[in-house]
Amino acid sequence: MGAHGPAKGLTRWLFTTNHKDIGTMYLWFSFAMFLLGGSFAMIIRAELFQPGLQIVEPEFFNQMTTMHGLVMVFGAIMPAFVGLANWMIPLMIGAPDMALPRMNNWSFWILPPAFALLASTLFMEGGGPNFGWTFYAPLSTTYAPPSVTYFIFGVHIMGLSSIMGAINIIATIVNMRAPGMTYMKMPLFVWTWLITAFLLVAVMPVLAGAVTMMLMDIHFGTSFFSAAGGGDPVLFQHVFWFFGHPEVYIIILPGFGVVSQIIPTFSRKPLFGYDSMVYATASIAFLSFIVWAHHMYTVGMPIAGELFFMYATMLIAVPTAAKVFNWITTMFKGSLTFETPMLFSIAFVFLFTVGGFSGLMLAIAPADFQYHDTYFVVAHFHYTMVAGAIFSMSAAVYYWLPKWTGKMYNETMGKTHFWVSFVGFNLTFFPQHFVGLAGMPRRIPDYNLMFADFNMMSSIGAFIYGASQLLFLFNVVRTITHGEKIDDPKVWDGAHGLEWTVPTPAPYHTFTTPPDVKEVEAHG
Amino acid sequence: MAERTDKGIFYTAAKLMAVCVAMFAFVFVVMVPLYNVLCDVLGINGKTGGRYEVTENIIDTSRTVKVQFVANFNEQMPWEFKPNTTVVKVHPGEATNITYFARNTQPRDMVAQAIPSVVPSRAAEYFHKTECFCFNRQPLVAGGEADLGLQFIVDPDLPKDIHTITLSYTIFDVTEMAQPQSDSVAAR
Ligand code: HEM
Ligand SMILES: [Cu+2]
Repeated sequence: MGAHGPAKGLTRWLFTTNHKDIGTMYLWFSFAMFLLGGSFAMIIRAELFQPGLQIVEPEFFNQMTTMHGLVMVFGAIMPAFVGLANWMIPLMIGAPDMALPRMNNWSFWILPPAFALLASTLFMEGGGPNFGWTFYAPLSTTYAPPSVTYFIFGVHIMGLSSIMGAINIIATIVNMRAPGMTYMKMPLFVWTWLITAFLLVAVMPVLAGAVTMMLMDIHFGTSFFSAAGGGDPVLFQHVFWFFGHPEVYIIILPGFGVVSQIIPTFSRKPLFGYDSMVYATASIAFLSFIVWAHHMYTVGMPIAGELFFMYATMLIAVPTAAKVFNWITTMFKGSLTFETPMLFSIAFVFLFTVGGFSGLMLAIAPADFQYHDTYFVVAHFHYTMVAGAIFSMSAAVYYWLPKWTGKMYNETMGKTHFWVSFVGFNLTFFPQHFVGLAGMPRRIPDYNLMFADFNMMSSIGAFIYGASQLLFLFNVVRTITHGEKIDDPKVWDGAHGLEWTVPTPAPYHTFTTPPDVKEVEAHG
Repeated sequence: MAERTDKGIFYTAAKLMAVCVAMFAFVFVVMVPLYNVLCDVLGINGKTGGRYEVTENIIDTSRTVKVQFVANFNEQMPWEFKPNTTVVKVHPGEATNITYFARNTQPRDMVAQAIPSVVPSRAAEYFHKTECFCFNRQPLVAGGEADLGLQFIVDPDLPKDIHTITLSYTIFDVTEMAQPQSDSVAAR
């Protein structure tokens, strides 16, 4: 196999089976979805800037909350981490490419049509999905707009894409590791993705089952979720959350992996408690299958059920806390420097922990009767998903961008992006804890006057956070076009791992002959 | 090496695809039936069981339980529907008959389905229906009316702290769903 470069022109991207090309496409696609979902969020926050109805109709507002959630979860966060996996996993385990390169091409290229279909529902008669990203029946069946069929089809396609991506990642990690790269030498990003991929294989088919049942109820006269025919709408919630809770860990585990790479680099110390990190990740993944009903405390479960799900949920805090402990201990007495990736990672540890604490509050079944479906829940999951998944993703881009492009991003601009994001994010979501505890319901376009001040703060924060992402985009584009050239394979002096042994920028083909894995080059 | 890994990749991928197929099937052949069975057995969601066969005839005259009847309408169900008796006091073990009244207010023939639910849901497994209009769909011609019968027994094993049981029927318009008279729907 000669070291030939990429094909030229558009067909390079259409037919490519190169893991770096596909990773790049995933990353750009997810950023585009991030901006689309973000603009929906801007509409939501603009409407909520003041009490009363000003800007959009309530029906459209519902479509915005729904589409914002769907696009962010399935279009922005998940593909972003799949893109990262494509780029980094082969480089980290010393493999020449992904195990199933042709399938890799497919799993990316079916995504844009799926989201084009989803977005197009906004222009259809009756509007787009308006039943929340959790699409509870019967809102999504009996009362759904006609476009729901396209929504279902879109979910099927993106589910297929995720499954193919996950199979590919597992097949790569299991079969393509360089000689000497044993499982317990794999970098944590690879470990967390391996476990994430297993979660995906287990629960994406459940999501497919849920939407298939909806489709059958709507078009083929079955009554899975319709009480009139002997079905039960609560069944929908069980099926959905059996998928949904593992899904939130699908979203966060790769982020755990990213910060576990970055913190040691900028602490110039090996990761503290590597083994316990692996076991903690695996236990979180296992527990995520037995806690789903903490989203359903108010449906009228028997008391034994409430108690079981409450204690099981609280148990998850134990392995999670072990991870936080390890990150902090890694930094302890390290020679820290605070480049942009490190800033995002430290903020991740700090803010994700805040999200974990609000999660623990929500886990308390009797308390959740008050918190459920309020802005407190919204605050909780944005602390875990924005400060968790998105912050770690931003950290990852700054960390590996020099390796990808051979050019250094502008550090001042990066730090500005970080601080503006940090302030904007907290200004947006911290006050939502308060309005939530005071009883402001989520997914409502209008609210009581007493919530006005905090909502205005939230909206201002959201505009700031949104604007800072444009700075991010600008910085990345400017790096690619005008960035200062670097050619040190290591880029960061404290970095460890095989990805830092290949030249900078990473050539189109790497590790065509397997590297020699020395102890020191593994996870460090 | 390439040989070995190619085979390995194929087997890994095949196994994972099998897991996917199995999980998809799991939703339909395990989750859905299991949920329905659990709800029936445990009375979760106030679901009551199907037709009850009387096995023994012990009437516990030392206890009296109040049973209340409620009627609900699903969305645009336009019928008139109400219990003829709103409250009865019964001894556990004794069979009691009551009726609901239904009238089709519309100028067209319609079919309805009543779905029962019991509160407190803990009582659901002790509330037995020996006869119930909810076991069948209810057709009524335009303007037609009917008294719909229910015979029930409160189980003598009903926990001692339960003194009142409320039975609610929600009535659904199933005219469109109704095939040419199938009389045993999955109603519970
Ligand atoms: C210590 C860990 C966590 C605990 C104890 C926890 C607990 C909970 C509970 C009890 C709820 C339900 C609240 C309600 O609806 O009343 C909830 C909602 C939610 N959590 Fe967490 N959580 C944790 C971590 C996470 C993570 C890591 C993520 C994602 C990255 C996440 C994402 C969500 C989302 C998206 C919802 C709301 C779903 C919705 O109704 O739209 N959580 N959490
Ligand atoms: Cu959950």
